[in-house]
Amino acid sequence: MDFNFTEEQQMVRDGLARLVREEYGSETRREVIASDAGWRPEIWAQLAELGILGMPFSEEDGGFGGGAIDAMVVMEEFGKGLVVEPFVPTVVCAGGFLKHAGTAAQKEEHIGGIVSGERIFAFAYAEPKGRYDLADLQTTAKKDGDGYVLNGHKAVVIGAPWASHLIVTARTSGEQRDKDGISVFIVDKSAEGVVTRDYATFDGRRASEVYFENVSVPADALIGEEGAALPLIERVADEAVAALCAEVCGAMKVANYMTLEYSKQRKQFGVPIGKFQVLQHRMADMYTEYEQAVSLTYYATLKLDAPERERKLAVSTAKVRIGQAAHKIGQEAIQIHGGNGMTDEYAIGHYFKRLTLFDSEFGNVDHHMKRHIALSAG
Amino acid sequence: MNLEFTQEEIAFREEVRAFIEENHPKYLEGMGNREDMTPEDMTAWHKILGRKGWSAPAWPVEYGGTGWTPTQRYIWSEENARVGTFMPLPFGISMVGPVIYTFGNDAQKQQHLPGILSGDVWWCQGYSEPGAGSDLASLKTTAVRDGDHYIINGQKTWTTLAQHADWGFFLCRTDPDAAKPQEGISFILVDMKTPGVEVKPIKLIDGGHEVNETWLTDVRVPVENLVGVENQGWTYAKFLLAHERSGIAGVARSKRGVEKLREIAAQETIDGKPLISDFDFARKVSQLEIDLAALEYTELRTLAGEQAGKGPGPESSILKIKGTEIQQRLTELTLEAVGSYGTPMYGSIADVGSNQYPIGPDYAQLSAATYFNMRKTSIYGGSNEIQRNIITKMILGL
Ligand SMILES: Cc1cc2nc3c(=O)[nH]c(=O)nc-3n(C[C@H](O)[C@H](O)[C@H](O)COP(=O)(O)OP(=O)(O)OC[C@H]3O[C@@H](n4cnc5c(N)ncnc54)[C@H](O)[C@@H]3O)c2cc1C
Ligand SMILES: Cc1cc2nc3c(=O)[nH]c(=O)nc-3n(C[C@H](O)[C@H](O)[C@H](O)COP(=O)(O)OP(=O)(O)OC[C@H]3O[C@@H](n4cnc5c(N)ncnc54)[C@H](O)[C@@H]3O)c2cc1C
Repeated sequence: MDFNFTEEQQMVRDGLARLVREEYGSETRREVIASDAGWRPEIWAQLAELGILGMPFSEEDGGFGGGAIDAMVVMEEFGKGLVVEPFVPTVVCAGGFLKHAGTAAQKEEHIGGIVSGERIFAFAYAEPKGRYDLADLQTTAKKDGDGYVLNGHKAVVIGAPWASHLIVTARTSGEQRDKDGISVFIVDKSAEGVVTRDYATFDGRRASEVYFENVSVPADALIGEEGAALPLIERVADEAVAALCAEVCGAMKVANYMTLEYSKQRKQFGVPIGKFQVLQHRMADMYTEYEQAVSLTYYATLKLDAPERERKLAVSTAKVRIGQAAHKIGQEAIQIHGGNGMTDEYAIGHYFKRLTLFDSEFGNVDHHMKRHIALSAG
Repeated sequence: MNLEFTQEEIAFREEVRAFIEENHPKYLEGMGNREDMTPEDMTAWHKILGRKGWSAPAWPVEYGGTGWTPTQRYIWSEENARVGTFMPLPFGISMVGPVIYTFGNDAQKQQHLPGILSGDVWWCQGYSEPGAGSDLASLKTTAVRDGDHYIINGQKTWTTLAQHADWGFFLCRTDPDAAKPQEGISFILVDMKTPGVEVKPIKLIDGGHEVNETWLTDVRVPVENLVGVENQGWTYAKFLLAHERSGIAGVARSKRGVEKLREIAAQETIDGKPLISDFDFARKVSQLEIDLAALEYTELRTLAGEQAGKGPGPESSILKIKGTEIQQRLTELTLEAVGSYGTPMYGSIADVGSNQYPIGPDYAQLSAATYFNMRKTSIYGGSNEIQRNIITKMILGL
């Protein structure tokens, strides 16, 4: 057993922690998420410079030879500062598809741009009626000569307003919920027929509704095998979940810390409210929840390369437990902050919103509980 | 024992239903508590009720109340919840009104009660301060006697909807040397247009603006605005809080909320089937209804006690705790039901100023904002921790 980080990982963590501390104060973040752009390209450039965007790619692909544990380290620090820049869609998701299934030409074409920060991706997988089922797809891709024609509507595509490219799941054959007949495409967002409606999300990010209206893509837009992409999509989604769990651990850690500090400062009835045992016990529970969440984040991350069933069990275990922890910690943090917790000015509310909306990304508690039950049944 | 309503009560329900059907403005139906309601929207129903003489059901008849029994009042709130009317804001009808007719003098009754009943005068509550929340008695705002005026200085906070208020009722310290902090406080009515009163918005996590900081700088208020006896304000403040707490259970609204949740869950799909047919989800909705039934019958027992002449005691803390927990759970499940469409921020399309139609189904739009906003219910009106302290002290005797 070894739960230690390498020296390099420690360095990355320290560097990022500094960046987040110095460049990502809650004041600055508030201004940025309210601005027209909604994010800071210069932070993205800095991340590229620090090698963060290339970390999980192998050296032969132009990266720095890291993997899921490195992504975990990065995401935890991002979570502490509620960083909104699209690391998960670009590096974890698009990067994952390219690593696992990209052809040499596709890697050549895209990875360099990801590592240098020039190419930004969003992962368009969810649909209005799909409810977290990755195979429940109404978006279609019909063979057309050498290429394909895409039609459909993708919901709440995180990071899409900033993206140059989209990874899109679509049905090349079969019925709406069949497990076969699913394919994945890389689509240039500026392609004709890609229509987006951009908006802000409650947790400070940006997203789009993305519509494909007879969008023609060439044959080499297909990534992985035609019609047999579900296992690949599930794998990348699991990697995204593990990364998001790490992010949420970072956010929970700060939410707990802020609540604890607040309870030491805020006085009512002549004593700091942290002296009330009822609040002490709840903060003890919050701390316990957090520690267990960290444990399961490690577990899920370390199992990402395990055989499918083992990987899925680990990821669902983590997503369920961390979804529950995030709800509890978010709610308690607001309650203990009293009226101040309800204000936009206090940072705690922003953590609460992120912790809340984590649940609906890549499957909520119920969804992963069901997956856990199904997998446990053998 | 008998759970059925009497013939008279059933007839009363029909009368009420017909009145609402005929008089409630259709454009307000189901508007509930939307962020984009104007002050006129918020008082529209109040004004209609004022003309009918139904705006203050719980007041004594001599001051403009209806004489309804607690059960009739319960029926009244159920019928209103059914169509989602926006009920009179509590500050006038449920809070300061009863204080004025119980402790105020004749001049105050004549000056203020008609405007409260008609809905023409908007009130706000100036109790809390930045340093005085749960420990309200530690408040610092001072009122110093200067001839026939008080000069008020201090800062209040969390003043709900003060941006529209005509009048406010404020707790101020009039005797800084009193033996106990509770003993030197007075209850003073302030015209919000008096020079020196400044209201500054506080933005909440749902993006809305319902609360304010209220700054009072050398505000000169005539001594006639003192309610009751100087330095006895704490007694009136506590009397008012008991009124604030009753009705906070919100059973009728939550029942309507559960119906809406079921409607949403019938439209959302999982595996191609309605979400409400999903066992995990359906179970959570049923659990909520079961909790709500427990609350409802507890409230009915309390009402029956009141009808028999027993005032609401510390038991109202049970209603506050369970009522708010259920409201919060309801909004949590509604957010869960809408899936990914809880994520878009309502009313803040990145492309500001555009006339884009909203993202996702209509019923999803307010789900996250409402969930975030409803966290307030376990904080205000005496936090749920304070309610539990009341139960342990006053009922359990610990
Ligand atoms: C099956 C069993 C096996 C045991 N085996 C052993 C053994 O092998 N050797 C041995 O020495 N002892 C043993 N114990 C005793 C055990 O350590 C005591 O029961 C324990 O320390 C609690 O003490 P108590 O039962 O007197 O409860 P109390 O201390 O009277 O506590 C009663 C309740 O009050 C709560 N409470 C007490 N203080 C606080 C506080 N400050 N804040 C909040 N809540 C508080 C407790 O949590 C508990 O809920 C055993 C007990 C059991 C039930
Ligand atoms: C949306 C909103 C609207 C409001 N509207 C109004 C209004 O119109 N007018 C007005 O005057 N006020 C209003 N309030 C203020 C409200 O009454 C206070 O927020 C409330 O009394 C709690 O005070 P606080 O926020 O200072 O929290 P604090 O008192 O600082 O409490 C912080 C935390 O400590 C806990 N705590 C405190 N004391 C104890 C104890 N003894 N034992 C255990 N736990 C304890 C609390 O329960 C809470 O969880 C509003 C508040 C909100 C959020």
